[in-house]
Amino acid sequence: MCLAVPMEITAINEKVADVEIGGVTRQVRLDLIDAAPAVGDFVIVHAGFAIRRLDREDALETIKLFQEGLNLELI
Amino acid sequence: MNSFDAFKDPALCRALLARLTEEAVRPLRFMEVCGTHTVAIFQSGLRALLPPTITHVTGPGCPVCVTHESEVACFLDLAGRDDVVLATFGDLMRVPGPKGRNLKTAKADGARVEVVYSPVDALAVAEANPGRTVVFLGVGFETTAPAVAATIRLAREKNLRNFRVLSFHKLVPPALEALLSDPDINVDAFVLPGHVSAVIGAAPYAFVAEKHRVPAVIAGFEPLDILSALRDIVAMREAQAPAVKNGYTRVVSDAGNPVARAVMDEVFAPADALWRGLGSIPRSGLVIREEFADFDAMRLPGVSLVESPPLPGCRCGEVLKGKMAPDQCPLFDKACTPATPVGPCMVSTEGGCAAYHKYRLDL
Ligand code: SF4
Repeated sequence: MCLAVPMEITAINEKVADVEIGGVTRQVRLDLIDAAPAVGDFVIVHAGFAIRRLDREDALETIKLFQEGLNLELI
Repeated sequence: MNSFDAFKDPALCRALLARLTEEAVRPLRFMEVCGTHTVAIFQSGLRALLPPTITHVTGPGCPVCVTHESEVACFLDLAGRDDVVLATFGDLMRVPGPKGRNLKTAKADGARVEVVYSPVDALAVAEANPGRTVVFLGVGFETTAPAVAATIRLAREKNLRNFRVLSFHKLVPPALEALLSDPDINVDAFVLPGHVSAVIGAAPYAFVAEKHRVPAVIAGFEPLDILSALRDIVAMREAQAPAVKNGYTRVVSDAGNPVARAVMDEVFAPADALWRGLGSIPRSGLVIREEFADFDAMRLPGVSLVESPPLPGCRCGEVLKGKMAPDQCPLFDKACTPATPVGPCMVSTEGGCAAYHKYRLDL
C-alpha cells in the first residue's frame, strides 16, 4: 500500500500530468511536488500523486561511488 | 543500462555482498519499517544471501497491519450504514475485524464499498452518490497522508459536501521511539523507509542515533540500495559512531518535501493513536483539524472508537514489534494462510506473515 513507483512524465497540464512506465499510463496530480517537473522527468508516484522528482544525475553519481568504492570498472 | 536500472546490476550486487560479508564480523539484527522493504528483501532473494551474522527483522512498517483492532471495528461499522459509501484502498478489504468480518463480507451483505487507487478517485464516487456520505478510509504513513490532505482540499474547492475522511494515518518516528524505549526489543540498527523519508526528510529520525545510539540509514528499494545501507550500518557500528544517513539521495532530500508537509500540516494535526500490537503511542497519528471538520468522518454522529479485543490466537502484535518471527506463530501455515488469513499480517501483501509464507522456500 505504501508502494510508490517511478514513472516518466509524458505531458503536463497545470496540476495534472500524464505518466508512463512499461506501457502503463496514468494521470497523476502535481499538488505535492516541491520542484516543478518537466516532460521526460521521472517522478515517484504514490496514490495518484507525484511526491518527488527522481534525480538522474544523483543516481549516476551514487552508482559511480559504489563502483569506485569497490574498485570496479564503470558500467 | 539507464541510470536507475543500474541499481539492480547483478555484478555490482555480488561485489557489494562480498564486501558486506567480509565486513559484517559481529552479529547484527536490523529492522526495516516499511512493507515495501519487507517485500523487496524477500523478492530479490537478498534475505537468503545475507551473511550469517546479519539477521533481518521486519517491524511495524505495514500500515494495514498496524491499523488497530478498534479502528477496524470502527470502519466495519461505518460500512454497514445505509447512508454511507466507504471508499478504500484495496489492501483493506480483507483485514479481519470482530467475529471474522471484513469489508468483503460486509459488501456481500449489502454494504456499499468501493475500491479506489487514489483518494482523488473517491471524490468521483462522492459526485456519483449525492444522496449518501462517501467516506474515504485514510490509512497510511507520511507518504500517503499528504495525498489524502490534498484530496480534502480539493473536496473543499469543489464544495463537495458529502465527502469525508476517516483519518487513521500513522507517523513513523513516534513508532520508532516506542520500539526503542521497549527494553525487550532487541534491534541493533534500522533501515528507514525511503518514501516516508521523501516527505519528512532525515531530521525527524535524529533521536534514533543521538538518544538511543542506534545507527540508521534511509534506503531505496533496489538490492544495491539495501546492501549499501547495510554496509553503512556495519561501518557506523564498528566505528561506534551511530548516525542517521541518507542513502537514497536520488529521491530523498535531507529536508524532505516541504510542499507535501505543508499540505499535510494544513489539514491534519498530530494526536495520540492506537497501533495494533504497540498500543497507544503519543502523537503518532493524524486527526483532521477544526478548519476541515466538515470533512471529518470521525465527527459524524455515532462514530467512535470502542475497545475491541485482539484477534484470537493471532500473534501479529509480536510480529510487528520484531519479537516473534512469523513462522514462530502457532497458527502460521496451519489455520493461517494467505487463503485463510487469521490476522492482517497474513492479509496484506506487505505483511511480514504473508512475505514469509510466499517466499518461505527461500528460507
Ligand atoms: S501467522 Fe497469521 S495468526 Fe499468526 S501472527 Fe501472522 S497473521 Fe496472525
